[in-house]
Amino acid sequence: MFANFSIDFFIFGIMPYIALTVLIVGSIARYERDPFTWKSSSSQLLRRKQLILGSILFHVGIITVFFGHLLGLFTPVWVLDALGIPYAVKQWMAVLIGGIAGAVALVGATILLHRRLTDSRIRMNSSFSDIGIMVLIWLQLLIGLGTITLTLRHMDGVEMVTFMNWSQSVILLNINAWLDVANVHWLYKVHIFLGLLITILFPFTRLVHMVSGFAAPFRYLFRSGYQIVRTRRAPAARSE
Amino acid sequence: MKVRAQIGMVLNLDKCIGCHTCSVTCKNVWTSRDGVEYAWFNNVESKPGLGYPTDWENQARWNGGWERTRAGKLQPKQGNKWRILSNIFGNPDLPEIDDYYEPFDFDYDHLKSAPEGAAFPTARPRSRISGERMQKIEKGPNWEEILGGEFEKRSKDYNFEGIQKQMYGEYENTFMMYLPRLCEHCLNPTCAASCPSGAIYKREEDGIVLIDQEKCRGWRMCVSGCPYKKVYYNWETGKSEKCTLCYPRIESGNPTVCSETCVGRIRYLGVILYDADRIEEAANAHETSDLYEAQLSVFLDPKDPEVIAAAKRDGVPQDWIKAAQQSPIWKMAMEWKVAFPLHPEYRTLPMVWYIPPLSPIQNAAEAGAISSKNGMPDVRNLRIPVKYLANMLTAGEEAPVVTALERMLAMRSYMRSKTVEGVIDEGIAESVGLNGRMIEDMYKIMALADYEDRFVIPTTHREHVEEAYDLRGGCGFTDSNGCSTGNKGGSLFGGGKKPLKMPTEAR
Repeated sequence: MFANFSIDFFIFGIMPYIALTVLIVGSIARYERDPFTWKSSSSQLLRRKQLILGSILFHVGIITVFFGHLLGLFTPVWVLDALGIPYAVKQWMAVLIGGIAGAVALVGATILLHRRLTDSRIRMNSSFSDIGIMVLIWLQLLIGLGTITLTLRHMDGVEMVTFMNWSQSVILLNINAWLDVANVHWLYKVHIFLGLLITILFPFTRLVHMVSGFAAPFRYLFRSGYQIVRTRRAPAARSE
Repeated sequence: MKVRAQIGMVLNLDKCIGCHTCSVTCKNVWTSRDGVEYAWFNNVESKPGLGYPTDWENQARWNGGWERTRAGKLQPKQGNKWRILSNIFGNPDLPEIDDYYEPFDFDYDHLKSAPEGAAFPTARPRSRISGERMQKIEKGPNWEEILGGEFEKRSKDYNFEGIQKQMYGEYENTFMMYLPRLCEHCLNPTCAASCPSGAIYKREEDGIVLIDQEKCRGWRMCVSGCPYKKVYYNWETGKSEKCTLCYPRIESGNPTVCSETCVGRIRYLGVILYDADRIEEAANAHETSDLYEAQLSVFLDPKDPEVIAAAKRDGVPQDWIKAAQQSPIWKMAMEWKVAFPLHPEYRTLPMVWYIPPLSPIQNAAEAGAISSKNGMPDVRNLRIPVKYLANMLTAGEEAPVVTALERMLAMRSYMRSKTVEGVIDEGIAESVGLNGRMIEDMYKIMALADYEDRFVIPTTHREHVEEAYDLRGGCGFTDSNGCSTGNKGGSLFGGGKKPLKMPTEAR
């Protein structure tokens, strides 16, 4: 297996496992060891200008793209068959929804990146990782939109199914799955590589606020809307 | 009835001299750190004025506090839960740091390092945020000190609502007062209700509202939710911070730093028992002008045997009940009715109350002509318009403020008669609905204001809930995760550690 080691084997065969491991272990470790650093690091207080528009465009776009990828890649192919959705139709959906949401996110990311780099207040209070992760995401959006031009050349959905099978094989621990996607266009490969890289960086950057953001509504919407009271007394000592 | 205890504060504005000692000592203790230079957990404003942050009282602009919807439902003015969540990416109601002021420092080093030159070296200002030179300081934490700036701007003060304010811009008719402000530790805090993370909570034992720094994710909804703008976003750590009512001091029976250091001895701290089951009903009173009375109805008489029994049942310690019976807060708010909540119309049921200030007779020339009762001038002729005070303290209801001012005048009149002329005039006391004994008590607490009369603070009974053995060798209070033992249970990286007992949510 390692005799014919290739960069494709690394990106499609090994890196997904590194990424998932670092993502899960790193996030748990950070949440467990240093919950104080788990935050969104908002800079709205320092400069409102550009933030509201940029942030809303970026977040709405990227969340759509994120769940689009999750659903699109990890829905088993037999589900599509059972529902009778032709692959070409699904690919059109992906191109349209992903294309629009990606473009929205890219506009937002561009506004935010411009703000972060040019506004002295924000620039001075940005860490290397703040700027780095922003640049990576911006590039990722650009490349992702770039791959659409390639995708439009073959709208039969076959290549999309190849990617679906690969993603699901990674989860199913099929170690040879990388061979299926070794022949795709290099732009797809760069996109996947960057995606995995961002996943690896996730626990070490402000991206962790995603987890809280997705988790927040569940508790917030169901809890009482008034006082939140905390007590030191054990529940048994309290009379109800 | 669910009895809970709350440490309340009363500030006697009649005695505030505007020295800012409270603000400075508070700053030195709590906010002399990066990211909160702009934050003043306690600040003193000159009124009338727009205050800090600018125009904070104008909730049409900031959407702080609560509102009663047309359907009669109580919800944060910035929106219901769905709306708050949908604003998570960009909060339209969040002030910018320039609405407070851009924190700055001076190039002091230049004074000694400058080369010899024709002009004397100066220390010029530099932004603490960007580090860049500031050409002009546009604002500070107390930009309107003693009526600084033109009346035109200051007259946008929200408390001028319903007042012909033009005449107060004239030199002869001008008036001013100080307003020291801190977190109100509300019974119905909007900050806590707005927090999507559930990081803000009210302590069961003393009602202090705190932010769990490890649970705060920096969504900033508390900053816009608080109508008093007393939650501050630390732009360095990305977490919100607020006044803690100096809880380490309160727990050990000491007054807060601002109260301890108050030169004018205007601050009072004491226990109030309240009915936690009636909060929603009171905060949702039909008219905003009902809210002051509604809040009074939430407080429980600590001498009522029924209340005492319920308090014991609900776990209020005996010495807290005793402290509540001696509470100066209870006396001023409930017995004498001289203290009022700040802006009850925000529906937060604030627990830092204010005694309105007396002021000189409006016009010396008129002094002989004004009506007087029992040798006391009519409070409507005081320089500070009663309506202005009422807008600030009772949602526009003038009657309670008039009564309070009359009682304070009666106290002076009664004591003057007693000490100067040697005549005890019960008639003065009766004319304002009090009796001589009550006035003497008022005089002792409000005028003499001895330390032990001002601060009746029982200690917290941590020994009931914590093993002191587990606490030994702890590292005290830290800003960050330093040597925190805040993690519950065992550690991921081995070793079962004995955690500090963290408060848990109560139902």
